[in-house]
Amino acid sequence: MQRWTFHIALCLWLAILAGFKLLIRPPMPASVLTIYMVLVTLGIMIFVAANEARFQAFLAPLKAVFEGRAPKLVQALVLAGIPLLAAWGTWLRTAPSYDAPFEARVVHPQPPLAMQLSGKKLNLAGLQNPLRANAADLDKHTVEGKRIYYQNCFYCHGDALAGDGHFANAFTPIPANFRDVGTISMLQESFVFWRVATGGPGLPKGAAPWLSAMPVWQNFLSEDEIWKAILYIYAGSGSTPRTWEEAPKK
Amino acid sequence: MSNTLAPSAVQALKGAYKGVFKISVMLVAAYLAAQWLSSILPAADYRSLPLLGNRTAVWIIAELHLMFAAFVLGVPIFAFITEIIGVATKEKRYDDLAREFTKLLAMAYTLTAVLGCLLLVLFIVLYPKFTSYLSKLFKPTWLLYIVLIFGEVVIAYLYWYTWDVLQGAKKYWHLFIGVMVNLFGTALLFVADIWVTFMMSPAGIDDAGNLTSLWAAINNHTWMPINIHRLLANVAFGGAIAAAYAAVRFLNAKTEEERARFDWMGYVGSFIAIAAFIPLPFAGYWLGREIYQFSEQMGVSMMGGGFSWLWILQAMLIGSLFLASNFYLWLGMGRIPGAERYAKFQVPMMILLTIGFIVWATPRSIMATSAEMAAMGGSHHPFLGLFGVMAAKHTAVNLMILTTFFSFMLYRRGNRIPAVPWAATAKVVQALVIAAAAAVVLGYGVYSYYVPSNIRIKFSIYQVAAVLTAMAVFVAVDIPMLKGAKEFGAIRWGQIPARAQYALFFLAISFTWLMGLMGYIRSGIRQHWHVYGRVADESVNAYTMTHGHATLIVSGITIVFFLLVSVVFYLAARQDREPA
Repeated sequence: MQRWTFHIALCLWLAILAGFKLLIRPPMPASVLTIYMVLVTLGIMIFVAANEARFQAFLAPLKAVFEGRAPKLVQALVLAGIPLLAAWGTWLRTAPSYDAPFEARVVHPQPPLAMQLSGKKLNLAGLQNPLRANAADLDKHTVEGKRIYYQNCFYCHGDALAGDGHFANAFTPIPANFRDVGTISMLQESFVFWRVATGGPGLPKGAAPWLSAMPVWQNFLSEDEIWKAILYIYAGSGSTPRTWEEAPKK
Repeated sequence: MSNTLAPSAVQALKGAYKGVFKISVMLVAAYLAAQWLSSILPAADYRSLPLLGNRTAVWIIAELHLMFAAFVLGVPIFAFITEIIGVATKEKRYDDLAREFTKLLAMAYTLTAVLGCLLLVLFIVLYPKFTSYLSKLFKPTWLLYIVLIFGEVVIAYLYWYTWDVLQGAKKYWHLFIGVMVNLFGTALLFVADIWVTFMMSPAGIDDAGNLTSLWAAINNHTWMPINIHRLLANVAFGGAIAAAYAAVRFLNAKTEEERARFDWMGYVGSFIAIAAFIPLPFAGYWLGREIYQFSEQMGVSMMGGGFSWLWILQAMLIGSLFLASNFYLWLGMGRIPGAERYAKFQVPMMILLTIGFIVWATPRSIMATSAEMAAMGGSHHPFLGLFGVMAAKHTAVNLMILTTFFSFMLYRRGNRIPAVPWAATAKVVQALVIAAAAAVVLGYGVYSYYVPSNIRIKFSIYQVAAVLTAMAVFVAVDIPMLKGAKEFGAIRWGQIPARAQYALFFLAISFTWLMGLMGYIRSGIRQHWHVYGRVADESVNAYTMTHGHATLIVSGITIVFFLLVSVVFYLAARQDREPA
């Protein structure tokens, strides 16, 4: 078995590559595939090199080729294959493409310390949803938030709050999916308020290229209405805002 | 601090005197140089430095100073631990090892002090207004810092020069001095952390920036998390540097005896480094949580915003550290008679480590072409995106830690067969404990996706607790089980392939590179603030540089650090070869 170490390692590597290419849907972006295959290569090589006998068995066929002991056909294939592979790689890298370049889009744009709301300055640090203060009215506010959501947000963010509204596919990227664990459930309500109130134009320069077609909702909704809509998107998507048990020291 | 001198109390005092004199001269020279430069240069809030620029110059010197400070704080911790092991096991080789590393300190102290003084000059000359503000705010802590520096130097010299005098019945006095060296070192670290953390998470000042409570300013939101994180990191760093030193000596060894000695030394260094490295992600998580809690803006910048790309690099380095540690242990098992019994575990362990690494390195927001983005519906992959959040990362890193721990335990029992009658039961208990911890980690990992974030954060504590408990129970069972164990044969120290030594270099270089990278993230998330949200950076450098530029600087600093460390290693090795 050990004498086949090289062949097993190679087959395993190819099988994993095929698995990543064929089984993951939608297809894995090239950047992730590269990271994964580097790690797979590292894992296989570390395993092989961690035992002297295994390592020598792995090297044996390579030594046979480069020391001229392997069959002539194998030597010819390897010696021709290496420059051909390099040439293919070079062609892939240099061939003209009409694709837009990669976009390094950040996970969440960075919120400012303060924002402008209808001409007044609002500090985001420590900002709470005022409508949560009175628990008795929470349901009423959430119902109103639902109405506001359906009148304004539903067309893009969808009935199920999954970023799949009627207009969703007209945008790249599509609108945020509130049911995804990596979106609003990761964020404090103050962050969501800032995003809704200032929309795409309110995004910071540091978050570029941040593509967002979100309108500046403070131009269309009151402060209370925005907070109500936020109550609803959390309640409707079954998530809760990020909170901290203790307040930061002042 | 030459080891050729006969150790005696007089020499200890002479050494301490020399150290105090050297530090005093350097401090006075730094002060005079800063005053002179300030007097001849035009008054300004910021002064510019040609070529490098203010920020880069301060960055390079501060980082190098920090790395050498970590060296001179980490190595005494390492030396003290090995000295304790020597006393407990009564094996002289541990005492010799501790002594060997303490010898490295003299040159490193000098370099740390020179870099510290240079940094002080740069602060005073290039950032006069801000330095003046900070020094007024924290005046008592500066004074304490200077007292601690002198204390540390005096005690470190005593620690070295009394090594041979305080042996036998007097050994406990030497251990006491070792405790004092490390207490002073830790205190120095904690004081320096005050200024750094205040700049990140200021407290104890009013809106105008005036001090309202010194203690609140000291005990700010991130002070204790950074203290703990850096303390653990220093132990890991000290161990890794010691292991790298042993690797250099192993590769240059001329005799089998030397090879055996330095192979063993490398093993002890890597053992301490990895043991300290294991809890490090937990401490880092605590720090990250505190940053997020203090300011969502800083938290989002760090984990989800522009700086999040650097975490992919961090993930690659940390994952590689796990792989390198296991690689070294498995290669080391080749020189342990009987360890081949455990080779069968290597396949599942490598699968676990690789999958863990893949999850750990999966970005949440993916670099994609517009066609790929359109296929995914955005920059989050609907399936892979699940691995991009902390719930998955925690699960992955905990399982990688558990796997590495298991490797260690297999290595430890490599050539031994338990002789106690209850060994079979004990092994079942150990297997169950590991399985239970893995189940807790996985279970909470999956459940994390279904609960709010404030509850999810608590789950990570349960995961960590399960892993630490499993380790503690495993070791508690292992020690009595292996007492009086039969041996297949002695470990063949020195008979390890040379490539294992490169794994030790990798550990040291990765730790250093990580320190630079994570330090940049921690400092960079303040963005255009000297003191976050309170004192703005109004210099021309108040911008965030590109990641490519920043990582080049970090890499350059790492290279310079290792060049300087090589000099320290070379001098230590030369001292060894000189006739007494």
